[in-house]
Amino acid sequence: MAKELWKGNEAIAEAAIKAGCRFFFGYPITPQNEIPEYMSLRMPQVDGCFLQAESEVAAINMVYGAAGAGARVMTSSSSPGISLKQEGITYCAGAELPCVIVNIVRGGPGLGGIQPAQSDYFQATKGGGHGDYRLIVLAPASVQEAVDLVQQAFDMADQYRNPVMVMGDGMIGQMMEPVEFTEVEKRPLPEKTWATTGTKGERQTNVINSLFIDPAECEKHNHRLYEKYKAIENNETRVEKYNLDGAEIVFVAYGTTARIVKNAISALEKEGIKAGMIRPITLWPYPYKAIEEAAGLDSVKAFMAVEMSMGQMVEDVRLAAAGKKPVHFYGRTGGMVPTPKAVVEQAKMILGGVK
Amino acid sequence: MAVIFDKTKGLTDKTFHYCPGCTHGIIHRLVAEVMEELNLLDKAIGVAPVGCAVFAYDYFNCDMQEAAHGRAPAVATGIKRVHPESAVFTYQGDGDLASIGAAEIVHAAMRGEKFTTIFVNNAIYGMTGGQMAPTTLVGQKATTAPLGRDENHAGLPLRVSEMLATIPKAVFVERVSVHDVKHIIQAKKAIKKAFQAQMAGKGFTLVEVLSTCPTNWGKTPLESLKWLEENMIPYYPLGNYRSPEEVR
Amino acid sequence: MAAKVIFDENRCKGCELCTTACPVKIVVMDKDRINVKGYHPATVKEMDKCIGCASCARICPDVVIKIEKEK
Repeated sequence: MAKELWKGNEAIAEAAIKAGCRFFFGYPITPQNEIPEYMSLRMPQVDGCFLQAESEVAAINMVYGAAGAGARVMTSSSSPGISLKQEGITYCAGAELPCVIVNIVRGGPGLGGIQPAQSDYFQATKGGGHGDYRLIVLAPASVQEAVDLVQQAFDMADQYRNPVMVMGDGMIGQMMEPVEFTEVEKRPLPEKTWATTGTKGERQTNVINSLFIDPAECEKHNHRLYEKYKAIENNETRVEKYNLDGAEIVFVAYGTTARIVKNAISALEKEGIKAGMIRPITLWPYPYKAIEEAAGLDSVKAFMAVEMSMGQMVEDVRLAAAGKKPVHFYGRTGGMVPTPKAVVEQAKMILGGVK
Repeated sequence: MAVIFDKTKGLTDKTFHYCPGCTHGIIHRLVAEVMEELNLLDKAIGVAPVGCAVFAYDYFNCDMQEAAHGRAPAVATGIKRVHPESAVFTYQGDGDLASIGAAEIVHAAMRGEKFTTIFVNNAIYGMTGGQMAPTTLVGQKATTAPLGRDENHAGLPLRVSEMLATIPKAVFVERVSVHDVKHIIQAKKAIKKAFQAQMAGKGFTLVEVLSTCPTNWGKTPLESLKWLEENMIPYYPLGNYRSPEEVR
Repeated sequence: MAAKVIFDENRCKGCELCTTACPVKIVVMDKDRINVKGYHPATVKEMDKCIGCASCARICPDVVIKIEKEK
């Protein structure tokens, strides 16, 4: 298939259809509206079901019901709406229901704004809802990568019986880029023998549930979940390492911010400064090891996290660098986007300072 | 001797956790008997609420999902859209359905979601220890209305059946009671009709069942039956509010 | 028209609802015994008077009662 020009949100929706998603429950919120809009037209064409819910709360609970009934199901929203979905997300995690949640992040807190941001990092990777649980969080840096990751997200969800969040900023949702829909590598997926489909007189009854009233049972359930999370950490951590060879400064950035940083790296190179980048593709599991390794490189003098937030992911960079090299931060927030020029200036200041 | 009454196959062997004399157990049995009689157990998927009936998934002998507080109608929507041929029901109390889940039940009814809701109204929060519900009667004492519900402060109790009956796609709405055998038999008939209307694909169906809470009402089980009859029925009149041709 | 009420006694919580439902007033609480739950269970002492109407079973909230009847 030749490349086609697709808008991010619509490409994400089509990728879900191509991944076999046949149920979508959503609620309007900018800047992700093209996802439910596209789904409302496309789902009936593939004998699927699009439903506009009465709220984000209802939408995620429809996802819970459909996922528990064995379907491939997705919802999408943007930051304030994702806050509303947190209740349902923790129930999905607790009941181990595979589903895909797309967050096209906008500025916050509160109503914030409608322009691109990355200030939901804590919410996505450090909990969001109540209880000990993890989401697999994927952060595409281009529309093409969004298309690829959305398709893989459904397989990951099914393999681990866990919700997967695809977190793009407003730019990923709104910009148009050339895209090629290619089939993702198939993984062996377990049958959904646990789903509530009606027994049809062929098996024992199934129950979808996250309640364990006996604390010992509840702790056991948590231990089992954490064994699963360990396997996900081992198998699914993804990172792009860029230009690390001989780098004096290593940027850490994800999503579209990483593309801005790549421009900054080229600009620095012209000035004779060698810079590299670590780009987490999975925000959870986080690629701590890649940063730890870079911290051990002799050439590396400092790290600089660049985010569209007041500094959230930078805390994980510090954890990984473990004091071996200084970790700096540069960010814009509230819908403001960092420029390559500003990133270059910050980097030069840091390098001047550590020399 | 022939067995003329025995525990339905629609219930598991698990002993109910409900307090002595709580009529939840009667309502569970009626729903289970109806599903057995209509031959629906093999294709039934129930949704349990948060509240006293939170363990309903242990009692109904069919596939079950446990929903978050008030969200059972949204969960049931997801299930029924995936399996339109199945028999889907939610079992919800008054705090769950009429308070925190008010939006979900109204919109499920508005869309005409083809499942059956069993709405158990005992005018109080049971599981959490007797707090005021949207259905608590004026003057009725609750742990968060220690002097009794004051209508000028907390408003007047919500009549859910009357409200939902204004929604065109809520095709079957009936309020019943289980305070004596005659009414229990009528309640079962209504529950049966609701499931039949669901399976006929008519739209959203709901049976509101007036129920007792001896523990949190501070009454004996027998006093509770009488209190229900004398206090709840005058405010919550029994009867059919909506019914499609097919089950009349 | 012989009929029989059979109690799954250890499920009984002693709520007494069945005693109000019996039209011939033969369902009573057995004050001489307690079951595993610690309640005086419901019982029938004059079984020959049972008409097999199953009213006690219908009002029982704990599915304690089974009814048999001669055809």
